[in-house]
Amino acid sequence: MNYYLGVDVGSVSTDIVVIDDSETVVDKLYLKTAGRPVDAIKSGMALLKQHLGDIPISGVGTTGSGRQLADVVVGADVVKNEITSHGIAALKYCPKAKTVFEIGGQDSKIIILRDGIIVDFAMNTVCAAGTGSFLDRQASRMNIPIEEFGDRTLKSSMAVRIAGRCAVFAESDMIHKQQLGYSQDDIINGLCDALVRNYLSNVGKGKEILPPIVFQGGVAANKGMKAAFERELGYEIYVPAYYDVMGAIGAAMMAKTESGRKKSTNFYGFDMVDFDYTTKSFECSGCFNMCEIVEIYVNGNIGARWGGRCGKWSTGKNVAL
Amino acid sequence: MKVTFPHMGETYIALKGFFEDLGVDVVIPPECNKKTLQIGVKYSPETACLPLKVNIGNYVQSIENGADTIVITGSCGPCRFGYYGILEKEILRDMGYDVDMIVFDPPSEDIGRFISRIRKITNNKPVYKVADSLYKGYRIAKELDDMNKMMFAIRPREIKKGEVRRIYGEYQKEIEKAHGTREIFKVIDDNKKKLKDVRIDADRKVLKVGIIGEIYTVIEPFVNLYIEEKLGDMGVEVDRSMNVSEWIETNMFSKLLGFNSERDIDKAAENYLKTAIGGHAKQCIGNAVLYSRKGFDGLIQLLPFSCMPEIVASSILPSVSRNEKIPIMTLVLDELTGESGYITRLEAFVDMLGIRKETKVE
Repeated sequence: MNYYLGVDVGSVSTDIVVIDDSETVVDKLYLKTAGRPVDAIKSGMALLKQHLGDIPISGVGTTGSGRQLADVVVGADVVKNEITSHGIAALKYCPKAKTVFEIGGQDSKIIILRDGIIVDFAMNTVCAAGTGSFLDRQASRMNIPIEEFGDRTLKSSMAVRIAGRCAVFAESDMIHKQQLGYSQDDIINGLCDALVRNYLSNVGKGKEILPPIVFQGGVAANKGMKAAFERELGYEIYVPAYYDVMGAIGAAMMAKTESGRKKSTNFYGFDMVDFDYTTKSFECSGCFNMCEIVEIYVNGNIGARWGGRCGKWSTGKNVAL
Repeated sequence: MKVTFPHMGETYIALKGFFEDLGVDVVIPPECNKKTLQIGVKYSPETACLPLKVNIGNYVQSIENGADTIVITGSCGPCRFGYYGILEKEILRDMGYDVDMIVFDPPSEDIGRFISRIRKITNNKPVYKVADSLYKGYRIAKELDDMNKMMFAIRPREIKKGEVRRIYGEYQKEIEKAHGTREIFKVIDDNKKKLKDVRIDADRKVLKVGIIGEIYTVIEPFVNLYIEEKLGDMGVEVDRSMNVSEWIETNMFSKLLGFNSERDIDKAAENYLKTAIGGHAKQCIGNAVLYSRKGFDGLIQLLPFSCMPEIVASSILPSVSRNEKIPIMTLVLDELTGESGYITRLEAFVDMLGIRKETKVE
């Protein structure tokens, strides 16, 4: 049996999955990135090794905003953007999907699929309202564990109208409503409605939203958000079982295709758990561009360098192991 | 008198040749960089559009290098650009810079004034001499556009990755040292020869993407985060919907002679936008339609944040995309644009176009 690894390093969570030849998920991890992506990947890989032993990994795919870094840390065969990864994974679990809502820690995306291919997409631009980070912040402000945040809406009988145009205004409006005496459940319910309106008018603007609709990303755990989408659109929303690691699954699926094609893998092996990774950054003074160069050292050797415009610093990825 | 002007891609090379032939001292602002933007953002109104901020940065960096006269093209109100000259002069005055600002409105607006302003800068050089240099400047712009087209075609097909970038880097150093149109022509010509020798895989299947939208963001690479280079490296042949030589043709020559050189673009836009609403909105729509007819795989619209004409265009583009069956992505640029999100969108767009093309072929 061959196994394939998918690593999705996002702003808030680092997700790792292992799939087998039949693309069945063998193991999945959802870890907090906590501002230290390299540590998150290392501890994730250590956990996997503990769970599964030293299984043979035949291909590795990385995605998410930390995909390049993840590539340096584990050695990837495919480094893909998160839109393609999420689209591919959604099609795996819902082959007829026409729309994908993906809401993560910092990003929210909409992916439009027709006949099994991505035909259009959009990402949030300047607004963080409706993303996981904002919900996290509101949950901790209201002293409710984020895991229970969405369930509270089920106890609500009405949705309080919250201004959801902007995260800052949404928060002050929530506080205003709380001071008027509305119940927490109704406020959270109203917040979900506001965020859905915000998502549809910002990210979903001008897109043709047709069912079946797949809702994935960390925020899909929030039952209130799912219900609010259903109320607003009038369609049933499908949340796949592995909604929180779909990006990683997509990356693993692409790794399977790629490593099958070239019949080898760049994976460093589980030994990488004990590797020493350090990063340094500096501003190049070679010209007026003043590029910020990042260097990543693996066991004391230069592993990768990027950030330069002229190519002087880009050694590419050349980990000497 | 030391003359300077704002950057817009490689336009400075044509202007430099033009002025130097006429014996005018020129100070070229340093290539747009982070410092340029920092200065511009600090001293410009926050809600002003991005090009103005970069302009201000260019001026200040040139003034620090001795420039005392600024030349900028004007226009009688296609969009906020119409106010740039006046507003920029005020900003510089507030900053304590006493510089002369000469605004060139298109000659079709007032040919007499256009000539008198040129004579002022050139110290009353005879008109035929000015016309000759102006034509040579235009020829340089034409050559540059041609050279860029070559790079667009070679980059995605190069066998040794980064070859075009290396050659272009050498060329940039050479062009800095060249003075006057004759030397400039030579540097460009040499560079084109080098580009011709780059080994390419002519059979490689590449995607074709047209860049449409607001002219400054389309042409100035610093502002569009070097989109042409990025897409080229991803295996995409790009095409610019607007370039400097065409702008000169339209605004300097055609309008003066009273004919419309953009008739085909206007006609293509007709079903979506009948009147010119300012900026290059109509050209953006028209070009989108024309690109789809030429069989391009996708289009990217670029605009500076808060650009009114392009915002209108971006709300029309979804219908163009649907009717003409061509994917279009809009990217908004300002001083806060994060590069990684930008790259993610470009990569996803290119992936999407690739898969779309493959399924079509099958």
